[in-house]
Amino acid sequence: MTTRPLAILGARLVDPASGYDGPGSVVVAEGVIAEVRRGPDIPGLSPDITAVDAAGALLIPGLVDLRVKTGEPGAEPKETFKSASRAAAAGGVTTLVVQPDTNPAIDDPAMVDFVLRRARDIEGVHVYPAGAATRKCEGARMAEIGLMHDAGAVYFTDVDTPIGDSRVFRRLLTYARTFNALVAHRPADPHLTAGACATEGALAGRLGLSGVPAVAERIMLERDLALAELTGAQLLVDQITTQDALEALARAKARGVKATASASINHLRFNEVDIGDYRTFYRLDPPLRAEADRQALIEALASGLVEVVVSAHTPAPAEDKRLPFSEAAPGAVGLETLLPALLAFYHEGRMPLVDLIRAVTSAPADLLGLPAGKIARGAPADLVLCDLNAPVRIDADRLFSKSKNSPFDGRTLQGRVRVTLVDGREVYRAP
Amino acid sequence: MERADDIEALIAERLFSFPTRHFLSAAGLSRPDAESLLDLADAFVGLNRRPEKKVGLLRGRTLVNLFFEASTRTQSSFELAGKRLGADTVNMSPRTSSMTKGETLIDTAMTLNAMRPDLLIVRHSASGAAELLARKVSCSVINAGDGGHEHPTQALLDALTLRRAFGSVGGLTVAICGDVLHSRVARSNVALLQLLGASVRLIAPPTLLPAGARDWGVEVFHDLRSGLGGVDVVMMLRLQLERMDGAFVPSMREYFRYWGLDQEKLAFARPGVRVMHPGPMNRGVEIDSVVADDPAVSLIQEQVEMGVAARMAVLAALSARLDNA
Repeated sequence: MTTRPLAILGARLVDPASGYDGPGSVVVAEGVIAEVRRGPDIPGLSPDITAVDAAGALLIPGLVDLRVKTGEPGAEPKETFKSASRAAAAGGVTTLVVQPDTNPAIDDPAMVDFVLRRARDIEGVHVYPAGAATRKCEGARMAEIGLMHDAGAVYFTDVDTPIGDSRVFRRLLTYARTFNALVAHRPADPHLTAGACATEGALAGRLGLSGVPAVAERIMLERDLALAELTGAQLLVDQITTQDALEALARAKARGVKATASASINHLRFNEVDIGDYRTFYRLDPPLRAEADRQALIEALASGLVEVVVSAHTPAPAEDKRLPFSEAAPGAVGLETLLPALLAFYHEGRMPLVDLIRAVTSAPADLLGLPAGKIARGAPADLVLCDLNAPVRIDADRLFSKSKNSPFDGRTLQGRVRVTLVDGREVYRAP
Repeated sequence: MERADDIEALIAERLFSFPTRHFLSAAGLSRPDAESLLDLADAFVGLNRRPEKKVGLLRGRTLVNLFFEASTRTQSSFELAGKRLGADTVNMSPRTSSMTKGETLIDTAMTLNAMRPDLLIVRHSASGAAELLARKVSCSVINAGDGGHEHPTQALLDALTLRRAFGSVGGLTVAICGDVLHSRVARSNVALLQLLGASVRLIAPPTLLPAGARDWGVEVFHDLRSGLGGVDVVMMLRLQLERMDGAFVPSMREYFRYWGLDQEKLAFARPGVRVMHPGPMNRGVEIDSVVADDPAVSLIQEQVEMGVAARMAVLAALSARLDNA
């Protein structure tokens, strides 16, 4: 079915791929961007085209979120592809990568195919699977990386379980290189991290919570970077959080190691003090860090050392969160809050808009080789129209996500998604 | 010996209404409230020493002891405290084998809440459990120990013991020795002793100290002898035996050699030093029997007696608030 072409006129167009931030208009036809004009309107527009006036609203490429968990398959009451897709659309996320630590794990090509087919059926946002790096994400034996890569898995990860065995990790990097497959690893020393639910320090000590020293991240990252250098493989450093680790990353990148780092929006917005009253919505993995680490992370994002920002969307139902802090499930939902939470750095004057938007659009898309993340002729018409300054009060109960564990609950953010298009289809319109 | 009605008059005079519904942490106390609780507890000591130990302050009230972790002395201390104040007391020790501990905590709390108790005493292995429970129920919650966080009535009874032994807590130098890392007793005592004007030292092997302990406003020592120099009070902490098998310290005998309290090491403290222990003791591990059983030095039996009085004070002050609610 073909719909009438659509023209969005008079927007503030931000396209990080080309570095443009200024007045802009686009024409969308047949699911792709047919025309882009850096000006308030498009002269000589055909009368067959439906024209809408954006009235200066922000027009950006749809967000690409590299780290999303749902409960599908195996824990559907937490979140399904469908509910995650609705949440994503409402948050301006048009491409999401689901994590493979499901039940069963996405560790063979049939599971990759399952995710892609299910995602196609719901007709929501684009959903791609990451494949397990090792079978069942157990860190012992390599999963079928080549077959999954060919089936459409966009990168490989054991998600939250660190691969402690350096020999396994080395072979993984070496083997993945054969297929130009990207391996992601969240750096955490498994022994130092075992049993910890907070970052070690004065606060965790007073609260009687078992803490992991921040250096546990740097220890594992140094190993990962050394092995990436040894093997020549490309590494995605998943959710870097500490100043020490950032310094290690900068050193390795200066030596030419092919590493790209992501930061979660939670670690950019919150610090360890937020767990103060044992608030389990702030129990995250990795745990929230010291304010100095958070500031270093923001600086690393501004300098480009950290290139990608993820929501780290991790649905956990009330029964997994209404527990004593150490027993509560880690993680927070974030698809619907990623964009406004990130825009805060623009409103606070910390970063130019185009750089912020790049970290959630063209940077992750380019890393995975996806066609999305840019506003250019021929690119998929994945677009978000957003009121940059409009306040949004986050009410967890009104989130589209099936799980309501948002650390932003009750907070007011700035930046409201008005319309989200995926392949030119309207998947969300603000009420 | 005071006359019976004098004691009851004294209790009535010192009874006050606690400013909050729950009693969850020593760190959350104000100095006037802490002093008022100690004054009231002191009056209850007199009551507990006469043959007729009952008063009717909590008559008609229901007190539930909800202990997810086994405890002999704290649970019986709260039970006696409740009974001597005239409350109906019920002991519950939910089994946690079939469900996760957390589910049991909230589910049990909601079930109990529906039975409309007035006072809920809770002990749980997870830090923050009492606070979580307090948010879910409509009665008063008293923290009887939550993981490695706080055990505020222990700190109160320790302060009461010290006040009676020394006249005042302010100005004392108190050394807390042993497994500070896992100890809720240590955290509550640091908070309350500092509130009352004592200076606090922590003495422990570095593997048994929390990372941020130096930020607590205490002096930190790793050597017991130098740490004990000039102290008025030594509070020993219990060290669980499984933590001495190479995990945190190499062995029991090595621990006793360096951090166990015996007469020789105690001689480094100020003359007249008193020794405390929250119990139960590992004799020959953290404390030598000669020290623990010396009535001129040890306050350990006194602590147990003060436990009942301190808990009566907390129960009475919380229920006085209920009356005004």
